[in-house]
Amino acid sequence: MSSRMRNILIPIIAVLLGVLVGTIIMVVSGYDAIAGFQALWNGAFGDIYFTGEVVRQVTPYILAGLAVAFAFRTGLFNIGVEGQLIVGWVAAVWVGVSFDLPKIIHLPLAILAAAVAGALWAFIPGYLKAKFRVHEVIVTIMLNYTALHITNQFIRTVLSEGKERSENIADTASLRSPFFENLTEYSRMHWGIFIAIICAIIMWFILEKTTRGFELRAVGFNEHASQYAGMNVKKNIILSMVISGTFAGLAGAMEGLGTFGYTAIKGGFTGVGFDGIAVALLGANTAIGVVLAAILFGSLKVGALNMPLEAGIPNELVDIIIALIIFFVASSYIIRWFIDRISKKGAK
Amino acid sequence: MEEYVIEMLNIRKEFSGFVANDNITLQLNKGEIHALLGENGAGKSTLMNVLFGLYQPEAGEIKVKGESVKITDPNVANDLGIGMVHQHFMLVDTFTVTENIILGKETSKAGVIDIKTAEEEVRKISERYGLAVDPQAKISDISVGMQQRVEILKTLYRGAEILIFDEPTAVLTPQEIRELIQIFRTLINEGKSIILITHKLKEIMEVCDRVTVIRKGKGIGTVNVSETNPTDLASLMVGREVTFKTEKTEAHPTSDVLLINDLVVKDARGVEAVRGLNLNVRAGEIVGIAGVDGNGQSELIEAITGLRKAEKGSIKLNNKEIMNLTPRKITESGLAHIPQDRHKHGLVLNYSVGENMVLQTYYQKPFSKSGIMNFKQIYDKARTLISEFDVRTPSEFTPARALSGGNQQKAIIGREVDRDPDILIAAQPTRGLDVGAIEFIHQRLIDQRDNGKAVLLISFELDEIMNVSDRIAVIYEGEIVAVVDPKETTEQELGLLMAGSKRQEAGEETNV
Repeated sequence: MSSRMRNILIPIIAVLLGVLVGTIIMVVSGYDAIAGFQALWNGAFGDIYFTGEVVRQVTPYILAGLAVAFAFRTGLFNIGVEGQLIVGWVAAVWVGVSFDLPKIIHLPLAILAAAVAGALWAFIPGYLKAKFRVHEVIVTIMLNYTALHITNQFIRTVLSEGKERSENIADTASLRSPFFENLTEYSRMHWGIFIAIICAIIMWFILEKTTRGFELRAVGFNEHASQYAGMNVKKNIILSMVISGTFAGLAGAMEGLGTFGYTAIKGGFTGVGFDGIAVALLGANTAIGVVLAAILFGSLKVGALNMPLEAGIPNELVDIIIALIIFFVASSYIIRWFIDRISKKGAK
Repeated sequence: MEEYVIEMLNIRKEFSGFVANDNITLQLNKGEIHALLGENGAGKSTLMNVLFGLYQPEAGEIKVKGESVKITDPNVANDLGIGMVHQHFMLVDTFTVTENIILGKETSKAGVIDIKTAEEEVRKISERYGLAVDPQAKISDISVGMQQRVEILKTLYRGAEILIFDEPTAVLTPQEIRELIQIFRTLINEGKSIILITHKLKEIMEVCDRVTVIRKGKGIGTVNVSETNPTDLASLMVGREVTFKTEKTEAHPTSDVLLINDLVVKDARGVEAVRGLNLNVRAGEIVGIAGVDGNGQSELIEAITGLRKAEKGSIKLNNKEIMNLTPRKITESGLAHIPQDRHKHGLVLNYSVGENMVLQTYYQKPFSKSGIMNFKQIYDKARTLISEFDVRTPSEFTPARALSGGNQQKAIIGREVDRDPDILIAAQPTRGLDVGAIEFIHQRLIDQRDNGKAVLLISFELDEIMNVSDRIAVIYEGEIVAVVDPKETTEQELGLLMAGSKRQEAGEETNV
């Protein structure tokens, strides 16, 4: 079996296993599994409104997934996507409420602000790793909390006068799309999905087609050989984190300029950044894989909201299924072993 | 009838479809030194690991003193009196000699280690076998040769009757090799039997009684050393005729390509590893650097190639100062480098062979244009190099990881030579390779020289240095202590120089 086929088969089997074990849990807990999945499906695709909501949810998932995947492909583990997303969100909203500009300038400026904020937030762990060999996992985890509390303070003092949330952004900075809203019976689907897909293409292009991507991947695989070959290892480590952070910051812009149109003080993390790790993992860290995995996770997340209403099943069960899928992807070694055994038997 | 202490009969060992050992028979007489000869990947280590209980054979029988046995793990091997001295020593650096020897088999009194008794025991054994070692010395303070003795003592302490040596001379100086051979003889006199894994024919001819040859996993046969010669052994091992002397004409060196003056380089711990080194390499010659590992060779290469910062001095390439420039600037100035560790420095193993071929040139035309890679050009180039340098690979898209060591090395050499460098630095270019690949690589180095380029060869193998170089520079403790003509020197003289004797003394000693 070719390794390409295997790379496609493993996530599919992982998803099926996750659903299977989820079913068992539903049955054991005394719920009607069939009704549960029906509710899940209806909640995601049973109504055009729900489908619009799925696309809305998929948008930041794609970008967060790209952020994790990009870093991972270049040998870095960016756990800080959540924090970079939060600063991107707040930066976008800040530009969105502070300026009075024509849309053609205001919207790109707000998006750019989010990208720059995410990039700067990711520059810190990149610099520390390149310069002092500080492990990026530790720094990015810590910077998630730092981002959360600094932005909360920023919202309290700069974006409002001691209030819980900012004002709504100006229409000129908004990604909201009346066209999509009409089409999907007033879901919150917005133009951002195009940005996400363009970013997926950009990631593929950078990594696979450019000399920069050749360097970034080489450094990720083998720092020593890259240095020997004359590449600037430190620069590439920093650049990798910065590009990853740019994607994460853009994910924040999707929430700030598209879905919500404001930012509010958060008691905890949005979770999108962490889900991005799962998306990247399921998508095998490729651009197309990330898009597909984001669609799956987005559907599950949105569809789950319908499960308590229609089937009386707590939507936490979907979280369990998602967790199981991740578990099975992470233990893909076991699946690979099975595939090898089966294909070997077939050969004999 | 002669009694064998060990018989391995028709051993077969497979690894998921790949046959590593196919019907191999090895019979060891009591009191003999038996060589196990074969190229890399021929299956020597597999066979010995079967004997040592690390692998279970699929077919075949093992007999110890005529009795059929099942060796299920190394402890069983130990109990049967089989001991192994590994190529890479398995010693705890911060422990003393005695502590290392008794590790896993400690003498104790009421749960407390009884080091006194153990030291006494170690002293007794080392006197009996002529293995002079200080039982109280720390491993980190003693030489490599001494460490090997500790490994031998470890097996003897455990009551080994049969000792397996895996490439024991690879890390030793010529003098230490002499001493080791003496130790072999003492062991035999004391009734031990020895299996010697090696691909050095000279050693076999010198110390062994019989030799078993394996080639590509198959047993070729066992011959008496007294009835054979190195050429025959080499053809048995490789399966074809092999020439030993690398054919080359007189060198015609011209002007200095590389000129190093008073170079000082610190190692990773901040200790000066290169201490005021002077060296020149001219166009049209191969300069070999001879020396025992750890005398500053690695730091010297890293400084020349820009991988390590030099403290002071000067490195000139074609009269241009290149010291402490970036590796890319140095590469672009006309330097190519076959690195010592091909997996760490030479290749990105997850990249395809083709991508590895442009590892230093990917940013130049025609391989890319305005930052966009041109993979068609890259793979075209790769195909040319693959056929020109005889890299055996399924295709140019195969990951470098999947190639054998020899083919990986050929790929690196192809890439480096193709850049047409003014100087080629070859660090241990044939380490771990078999006779055929070694021949090929030596010829390429000589071609380079004949094309009027300079070559700097660093090797721990004296044979290689003597054979290939036009001049030999001996490095000792970070300095070039002598530059000699390979035609006017001997291995003995080089060995003494490498161990730190002055030229004159070395000459006198070998004259005696």
